[in-house]
Amino acid sequence: MNRVELEQLLGFLYEMLKIRKFEERLNQLYDEGYIQGTIHLYVGQEGVAVGACAALREDDYITSTHRGHGHFIAKGGDIKRILAEIRGLEEGYCRGRGGTQHMADFATGHLGSNGITGGQIPVATGAALAAKMRGRDHVVLCFFGDGAANEGVFHESLNMAAVWELPIVYVCENNLYAMSTPVEAAFKTKDIATRAAAYGMPGCVVDGMDVIAVARDVREAVDRARQGKGPTLVECKTYRFLGHSRSDARIYRTRQEEEAWKERDPIKLLSEKLAKEGLTQDKLNTIEDRAMKEVDEAVEFAGGCAETVLAK
Amino acid sequence: MSDDTELREITYRQAIQEALVEEMEANPDVFLIGEDIGVYGGAFAVTKGLLDRFGPERVIDTPMSEAATVGLATGASFLGMRPVAEIMFMDFVTLAMDQIVNHATKFSFMYGGQTNVPLVVRTPCGGWRGYGATHSQSLEAWFLHVPGISVVMPSTPHDAKGLLKTALRSEGPVLYVEHKLLYGTRGGVFTNNYTVPFGDAAVRREGKHVTVVAYSYLATQVIAIADELRRTGTEVEVIDPRTLTPLDIDTIANSVKKTGRVVLVEEGHETGGVCAEIGFQIMEHAYEYLDAPMKRVAAGNTPIACNRSLENATLPSSDDIRNAILSVLH
Repeated sequence: MNRVELEQLLGFLYEMLKIRKFEERLNQLYDEGYIQGTIHLYVGQEGVAVGACAALREDDYITSTHRGHGHFIAKGGDIKRILAEIRGLEEGYCRGRGGTQHMADFATGHLGSNGITGGQIPVATGAALAAKMRGRDHVVLCFFGDGAANEGVFHESLNMAAVWELPIVYVCENNLYAMSTPVEAAFKTKDIATRAAAYGMPGCVVDGMDVIAVARDVREAVDRARQGKGPTLVECKTYRFLGHSRSDARIYRTRQEEEAWKERDPIKLLSEKLAKEGLTQDKLNTIEDRAMKEVDEAVEFAGGCAETVLAK
Repeated sequence: MSDDTELREITYRQAIQEALVEEMEANPDVFLIGEDIGVYGGAFAVTKGLLDRFGPERVIDTPMSEAATVGLATGASFLGMRPVAEIMFMDFVTLAMDQIVNHATKFSFMYGGQTNVPLVVRTPCGGWRGYGATHSQSLEAWFLHVPGISVVMPSTPHDAKGLLKTALRSEGPVLYVEHKLLYGTRGGVFTNNYTVPFGDAAVRREGKHVTVVAYSYLATQVIAIADELRRTGTEVEVIDPRTLTPLDIDTIANSVKKTGRVVLVEEGHETGGVCAEIGFQIMEHAYEYLDAPMKRVAAGNTPIACNRSLENATLPSSDDIRNAILSVLH
């Protein structure tokens, strides 16, 4: 592995750790009463957001979902302001109006996350239409989950994107459950990516726990879109280690299944790979500490230990 | 631009097209999207000729996907485009409700003002053509209940053009509702670049005995009834709100303060309708001035039949309107 590749992988590791520490901290803050409402945590899926966003140019666009903190961080979001938004503060990205599920940062190409499952898919598709109309070579990356793939607008949007050869990559994060509904109960097919053929676009399945594989496959799709060759459906098989939301007792899956997936934790897999390339435990600890520190600073910024000042 | 302003008679349909053409010529970001609007020229011929004039990049024929069409238009507006999405019949707006209610009208708020959604959704409402229950509805009342969308319903060619131009320059989502029976009606339309503002009711007829509030097609019927009653000495003041959101309640209330009697008219179903909202606002603004309880004339709470006499019995007839006016006067 050359120096450039190593640097990139260290960057992936840091980003995934930042997301992991941030989400775990949110879980704690919720227990301590500093976050209200609910939160949908991304723990376990970091490989998808980090790998997919690595395939983008800085001026490309993404849309996100209710489980969107990981996407936002991978796209370059500042966790101080993300946390402020989650806490409903004026300093948040959306001045506290959107909260955890409805965030955006148009300045950096984050065209918004959404509380309606699948709702952002047509919106992302429209952004791709506009990018094409404007004659620019921007690409839109549209994140959504297995649940969303059964909403009507998924079908309508992918069809239109294919017909009009829009510069969009649809990234389906299949974490095997739509809340409590397992994919076996919601799909007759084994893979979601095979639906791509129905619309006349390419589709592929990738191991979502392997951040390098995700980066590679999404990059291929992004390049294709940028060259005017139309959309792709990339299905990432992944797993969320925590519940759907905070009020989820996870009775619909087994602890054994969870443990098995934790063996394939994307952070663990990349760390092991980097260790083989000579990365020491010390160096790994340094990276992890840096991520923790950034999370601590975010908590301090958003007044995690002080009274919440609500947006006016 | 020339200052020669001419007033000439054109149809409501032509007036709408004129607004679209003028705005598309002035602003390259305006584009049209909908079913059968290009090659076919639109189910009601409103966009006829526009594909040839502006090309397939700006006049886009879609597959049958109302929800995604509105969603795509919304997403395009994020990048600064100004889409005009056509929903072929207002009845079909139901297919796009989630994208309108949970997306287009909420993004500006939820994202803390980072974006506007300058989306215009054009759609024809209305019955009296024997089209049956799913092709004849007037669903505007639902949209009064959705914060963040303007509801525009012109009754004349002049207003159709001016209001659509305003819509195409406004910042937020606009639901622009045409009426099937109005497409062929003729009226004076200026040739210059005029606009009609939202939230500005038109006093169609002045009178001191009773205020009648009516919009879209029924406004034209109420005007005819008002003219007829004037010949027998009854003065009906006809207020056409032109936009239901924003609603010009002041003009309506001022009229009520003058006449003391009110009849509200709509083509939608009575329960939970537009008349209920306007009536309550009148009570809030001018209760002391009412000399009689307010009356409303609306469609019955039943689906609209295909059979013409059943349809006519369900929808508000001129007799229904005249009877309501006479009953508040006595």
